[in-house]
Formats: sequence, C-alpha cells, structure tokens
Amino acid sequence: MAHKRRDFIKISSLSAAGLLFGAHQLRSARPDFNKTPFSNMRPVGSVRTSTYCEVCFWKCAGWVYKDQEGNIKKIVGNDDDTNCNGRLCPRGTGGVGMYYDQDRLKTPLIRVAGADGQQTFREASWDEALDVVAKGLAKIKQEHGAECTALLTHGSGGHYFGTLLKAFGSGNIAAPSYAQCRGPREVAFIATYGEGLNSPEPTDIRDTRCLVLIGSHLGENMHNGQVQEMSDAIDKGATIITVDPRFSTAASKSKFWLPIKPATDLALLLSWIHLIIENNWYDEEYVEKYTYGFEQLKQHVKSYTPEWAYGITTIKPDVIRETAREMANAAPSVIVHPGRHVTWYGDDTQRLRAVAILNALLGSWGRRGGFFVPEKAEVPDYPHPPFPKPARTWRDAMDGKFRLADLALANGVCEATIPSVRMDCHIKGWIVNGTNLIMTLPDKQKTLEAIKSLDLLVVVDTMPMEITGYADVVLPECTYLERWDDLRIVQGRVPNVALRMPATDPLYDTKPAYWIAKKLAGKMGLGDYFAWENFEDSLDWQLKQIGSSLDEMKRIGVKNLPREYGPLYFQDGEDKEFYTNTGKIELYSTAFAEEGFDPLPVYTPHQEPPAGYYRLNYGRAPMHTFSRTANNPNLTDLMDENVVWVNPKVAKEWGLTAGQEVYLQNQDGVVSDFPIKVRITERIRFDSVYMVHGFGHNHKQLSRAHGRGASDSQLITRVLVDPIMGGTGMRGNFVTFRFEKESEVES
Amino acid sequence: MRYAMAIDTKKCVGCADCVVACQTENMVPIGYCRDWIVEVTDGTYPQLEIEIRSERCNHCDNSPCVRCCPTGASHYVEGGIVKVTQHKCIGCGACIASCPYDARYSHPDGYVDKCTFCDHRIKLGEQPACVAVCPTKCMYFGDLDDPNSEVSKVLKKRKYKSLIPEAGTRPHVFYLI
Ligand code: SF4
Ligand code: SF4
Ligand code: SF4
Repeated sequence: MAHKRRDFIKISSLSAAGLLFGAHQLRSARPDFNKTPFSNMRPVGSVRTSTYCEVCFWKCAGWVYKDQEGNIKKIVGNDDDTNCNGRLCPRGTGGVGMYYDQDRLKTPLIRVAGADGQQTFREASWDEALDVVAKGLAKIKQEHGAECTALLTHGSGGHYFGTLLKAFGSGNIAAPSYAQCRGPREVAFIATYGEGLNSPEPTDIRDTRCLVLIGSHLGENMHNGQVQEMSDAIDKGATIITVDPRFSTAASKSKFWLPIKPATDLALLLSWIHLIIENNWYDEEYVEKYTYGFEQLKQHVKSYTPEWAYGITTIKPDVIRETAREMANAAPSVIVHPGRHVTWYGDDTQRLRAVAILNALLGSWGRRGGFFVPEKAEVPDYPHPPFPKPARTWRDAMDGKFRLADLALANGVCEATIPSVRMDCHIKGWIVNGTNLIMTLPDKQKTLEAIKSLDLLVVVDTMPMEITGYADVVLPECTYLERWDDLRIVQGRVPNVALRMPATDPLYDTKPAYWIAKKLAGKMGLGDYFAWENFEDSLDWQLKQIGSSLDEMKRIGVKNLPREYGPLYFQDGEDKEFYTNTGKIELYSTAFAEEGFDPLPVYTPHQEPPAGYYRLNYGRAPMHTFSRTANNPNLTDLMDENVVWVNPKVAKEWGLTAGQEVYLQNQDGVVSDFPIKVRITERIRFDSVYMVHGFGHNHKQLSRAHGRGASDSQLITRVLVDPIMGGTGMRGNFVTFRFEKESEVES
Repeated sequence: MRYAMAIDTKKCVGCADCVVACQTENMVPIGYCRDWIVEVTDGTYPQLEIEIRSERCNHCDNSPCVRCCPTGASHYVEGGIVKVTQHKCIGCGACIASCPYDARYSHPDGYVDKCTFCDHRIKLGEQPACVAVCPTKCMYFGDLDDPNSEVSKVLKKRKYKSLIPEAGTRPHVFYLI
C-alpha cells in the first residue's frame, strides 16, 4: 500500500459545508419536538410504515409514525410480530435516535494524503468512491486472486455484500457474532442434537416451569422475546435459577441465586449431571429412546460429586442438590439456557456440551416448556446465476484447525490477513459492514496488524466508528428507517416474514446497502447477480412466491404463516432421527472423538487473578447494543458511560470512593484509554469487577460517546482460543486499578 | 372514574423502555423525563435483594402541587389526573418544590411539565405509552372504580405499597411487592 496507515485518522473534512445533497439538508437534524402540537402525534390518521428494528439481531417488527411534516416521531412494535408482540425494547423505541444522530456519516469519503503528508479523508461522489472500490477489488483479483477478499459483517447489509463477494469469487464471509459470541454454543448443540440453536433461540420460556440461567443476564440483555417470556414465566410462578458471580437483575428475580466463583461453571454443570444420573432423576424413557452414550456419560461423571464441585465453585453441596432436584421436578418443562455470548474461557464448546447434555437428560429438547421445534418461512431468493467456487478460503490458512466451526470465524479472517509462512494467499481486501471490528474483536493489536497488511479496506456504516478511521473508502449507509431491506425471515414458533420499508428519504448523501452492492456489481461486471430493476420488485417477486405481495405487506407489516413440518413439540413416543453420526442425541460425541477432542466434557481449571487483580467480567445494559448505540442521542440520554462495579471490600482495600475515576490496567500492562467511574456495590463478588461493554470510544467524531467510560475490549488482550471451533474466549483477563495514567496514550 | 396504575416490582427489569417511550410519545426533550427508574439494593453479598421501580407522577388525590399553584395551571381533570395547562403556567416552580416525589420538571419552553397518564391516549381507549411498551408487561393501568379493570384486579390479588404514604398525598401509582 502506497501510504503508511497512521494509528488513527480523523475524518477531517466532514465539517466542510455545502456538500450535502437533497432536500433534507435544509431541515435541522432534530425536529423541534416542542413546537409540534400533540395532535400531530396521533397514530390515528397519521401515516405509519412498516419496519423491523436494526438496533440488535432480534429484528423486532414495528411501525414508524411520522408527524404531518413527515418527521419521524416514534417507533412502536407490531402486535402481530411474535418476536416482540407489539413491544419494542428500549433500544428499538429509541431507534429514532439513529436517524437523528447528527454525527452520522453523511457522504462518501476517500482517504488521501495531503500536501503536508498527513492522511485524511476527502468527500467524494458515490460514483467516484465506488470506482475506487471496484478498481481496488479488481487489482486484488489480478494480483492475488478474488478469494483474497473478505466481508466482515453484522446486520442486514451482509446479504448484499455477501452476494457481491460470492459472485466475485470469495467465500470469506464472517460475522463477529459467531466466533466472538455464540459459535461454541452452536457447535456444541450441533454435536449433541445435530442442529444449532440459531436466532431467536427456540427456548419455550413462556411455558417453562424452571429456567436456569448460567451467566446469561436476561433483562440486562434485552433479547426482547425472551425477556417478555421470562416475565410471563415469573407470572406463572416458574422457578428461576441464576448462576452468576454478579447479582444480576435476573438473579434478583430468581428463587435460587448461585454466586459462583468465576470460571468454574463447568464444574457445577458436571456435578448437576452427576446428581441427576446418580439419583435417577433423568427422563429414562427419553434417554433410552433418543440418546447415545448414556453409559459412558454415567461412568464419566462418577467423580463429579457436589462435594467436589463445592471446592471449585464455592457453591454449597446442598444448594447444588436442591437446584438439581428443582430442575428434575420441573422436567421436561425446564430450560438450562444455553446463553448467547458464550466465548469465555476457551473451553466454551465443552461447557455448552454439558448444557446440551443436561437438557437431554431432563428430556427438555423438543418438549413444552423446554425447547420447541422452530420453523422458518421458506422464501426463495430472487433468481441469480450460480456462484463460482472460490479457489481457497480462510480455512486454508488454519492448518486444518477448527474444522468443526460451522460458520466462518471473523478472527480466522483476521488471521488469514496477517502474512505468515503458512499461506500462499493472504487476504488483501476487506469490506466491513455494520461492525466496529476494532471494538468487536478481542486483541486490538492483532486486528490493527491485519489492517496494516490490507491493500483495500472499505467500511460501510451509518456512523463514524473507530474502524472507519482505518478505511480507504468510507461508504455512508442510510439507517434502517430510510431504506428497503430484505424480508425478515427468522425462525420461531410459526414461520413468518416482516417487511422493512423506508419511512422517509435518506438524510444526507447516504444510500441503502442493496443500492451500494448493486452499483458496485455493475462496475465489476457482476450485474447479473442483482438483476432486479427496483429493489421493491425483488421483494414483491419473493412475496408472491409465498402467496403474499408487497401491497399486502405494506398494510400488515408482518405475516405469520402456518407451520409446515408438524407440531411444536415431539409427540409421545414419536420416532426421531437426529442429524448426528448415530442419528441419536449424542451424550457422547462421536464427532468430537473423531476430531480428537474429549467426547465428554472434562473439567479443567482456569487461571485465577494474580494478587491485586480482579477478573474482568463484562456484559450488557438494556438500553445499549455495543458500539451501535453508543452515540444514539435518545439512548445516551439514559446511559452515557459505563462504570466499573467494585465490591465494597475491594473498594475499602484500595481506598476507592463512589464515583471516583480510575484507570484500569490489565495483566499485560495495557491501561484503559480513558478513566472509568467506580460503582461500589454489593452486587459483585470480591474477586471480579464488572463493566458494560461498548463504551470508551476514542473516535472524536462520536460527540456523545467519545471518552465516556472505558473499553473492555481494549483490556481483553489475553484471548483463550477454543481448540474445537476457534471461538475467542475473553474472560481470562484481569485488571487492577490505577489512579493516574503514566504516559498519555495516543488516541 | 378514578385512574390508577400498578407496577409490578417483581417483573420490572429497569430497562427504561418506559422512559424512552414516554419521551418519544410526549415529545419530552432529550435530557428531561416524565418517568424514571429507581433501583434499591439491600443486604450484603451474597444475601441481596433489589427492588426496581418505574416512577412518575402519582396523580395524588390530595395534591400539594395543585394546592400551591398560584395561577390554577395545575389542576385535576376527569379520573383524578393532575395536569398542567401550559399557557397558564408562569414557570414559578412552586409545584416542583411542593411535590414529595420530584415528579415535575421545568420544560425549556418555560412551563412545568409532568406525566399526564397519557390522557390523550386513554381518551382513545389506548394504554399509556409506558404501559403499552413495557417488555415485561409489569404495568397495569385502568379505572379503580371498575372492579373488573386490570388495575383493580391485580391490586385485589397482590400485596402492594405506595410511595411516601406519610406525606398524606394519597398517591394513585401503586407498587406490587
Ligand atoms: S430486541 Fe430491541 S433492539 Fe433488538 S430488534 Fe427488538 S426492539 Fe430492536
Ligand atoms: S419498561 Fe417495564 S421493565 Fe422496563 S423499566 Fe419500565 S417498567 Fe421496568
Ligand atoms: S403515563 Fe404517559 S406521560 Fe405518564 S409516564 Fe407514562 S408515558 Fe409518560
């Protein structure tokens, strides 16, 4: 690459005036709420347009309401949508802030070196910016092969850019939501049941009698449908058992809270399995009929007594017994919840295997109040030519490791980008869409190293983020409220589709991702893959294949279809074939055995914090989705910084006072860029600290997020890689307090 | 007709959806709010309890804010709802000082604002915005004089409390405990 990448480059020219296009430039970025009479807010008689929320992956369907001047006023849930039942979560309700955020990316940007040698961005037309991208990709293809490009994505744009890259000849399409989040869970459930859990998880929480949460803080993570159903379950008197070193909101709603010593969850799970087998509390008929490897499992867990687990987890044996019995009493209406963000200690697939096994013993898979059998609407893709087979993929860079990963690893792509002797092809071009990789991937230095090796980095986003600072070309996407998008097709109790249509024209010179991908395809000679004239036509075509139409969907927003593949639960005595080697639910995993991994989960201790250090635990706040909402005016109004939770004993030891600002330093000497305020609370164990993920942005263009709180990602430099599927375990980091920052870290 | 609200502290997760929904429904400027979340933690690790409450104006029967308003801007409307007439309000702030719940704020446009129980919505037979949005369905709203209303039914079934009863204001937002 001709120029040297600076560590961070500010988007300097965004302040230049007079370069905005369209009627919207004259409108102030935020409507004057106060001058609009109440009557304008009435949904009755005012226009509403269908959307589905893009603030998190749950994709709740809703309606966007505008006032008489056409200003977006509010978003409310669609009553017919089974993901939200007419109730959006705070982030979805505050989604209006994504549209009104005045810090949005406003026009395409191209990196240039100024006369003084300083690098910066200049504004460009779409045509020019897309030319740079198309030429850059063509050059990579010529010099290295089309397979040396990759897409890293989170969100709706992934489909269009995925189509583009596949058409181009690359199979490197990765979402950080896999290896940095739910991957181990998917692999564990595929190994056990022959299928993964996907989104939303088919947990039958509304009808459960016992919900077991292990480090999963429902209510703080607003996975909407699940939070709603947890509340229904509370109403119906279900037992909740929460295992968490922190007294989470969910813990406060629980009959049993098990304040476990961090990093020891697998010991507890094995001991529960031990008890359920030893006491014959398992579902004999179910185990007999559907599972494989019970005897091996029984032998395997013999030594995992509650007394053994007590020494490891600090949970008293009688509590372990009582909770195991509680689960057994509720069975099969019991859910040992697999959680979602499960990349913790590097043995996560094995921990989730224990979760899967426990559910199988209790007979909850395929049973009311356990896991239902999900269905998904089958909507054909708009016709396009077949994709060429890529010459190689990121997997070839992995020396045969992580063969069990069922999806691409974002960190795998990252690794395949860093030159090494192992490979003859390194990835040279990235398209990054809707994910702030700098904060999302652990080990920022490695990500930066990969970025340095790139010939082309294209970032498509609605907001300037840390990652946009490293881009060669920045393409401003309009928000979900201003665009058409693919139909939402997710699994659920009934198959359904939801429509997203623009509530208004895009603000500024921003464009929808489908438009960007189609234009690029045109410039790259791949136009056949986007054969539709108008995007709406492709939606109408798709909808007609399932007996609906665009007109109908504009009116109803969500269409629920009848189930096609039978009942929601297994029928009594029904024969079932599972997609595993043995055709059974594999308590003993033959696939793991074949690959040389423990076929039954084995407890291995994890490193403990050195003296004066505390395990860094992180999680979520209900009003934020990581970087995506960190600058949202409505949501930062609710929470605009994170704080570090510290037990009062620890605070006393360090002489910390509530609200005091401290820096955090991790085991590798990395100090947080910004100070973080101390929250002294009994809700956290003495051996760990806790903070909400997604804060501590060092991008100055984010006027509300910049420098607010600290970034946990920055402090996660020790990554515990899961040997089975390449997940990046992030809970093996320890921090201590510092009162001053020795040397100013450049931002 | 006597409107009231009951909020289930056993279900509320403190997500603040009710706060955002109120802001977008009622054009409450960013930085202000008509409802808010209170979290009270009790005990020491690991013997802990948390109570989470979504709070707002209690639409009291015996309202110090109505009594002390010099212009009559603060007044009762049908169903016991306490409201402020914007053009009559001189922004003196007497009501803000008199409210034991801190339920009122000075709107940047120069008048005092607070929860209206979304009377513009209930007139149309809809639930208040906060009640309608809450993902946990922890809020119940309706007519206390109607024994079949959601709020009457849940108050009959469950234990509840109101806030600062000793102030003698006779609040009409109840917390299920
Ligand atoms: S859960 Fe919340 S943020 Fe996620 S899609 Fe639903 S409303 Fe949006
Ligand atoms: S929306 Fe409901 S759950 Fe969330 S804080 Fe408000 S009352 Fe509580
Ligand atoms: S009743 Fe209406 S005005 Fe009052 S807090 Fe709820 S949403 Fe706001």
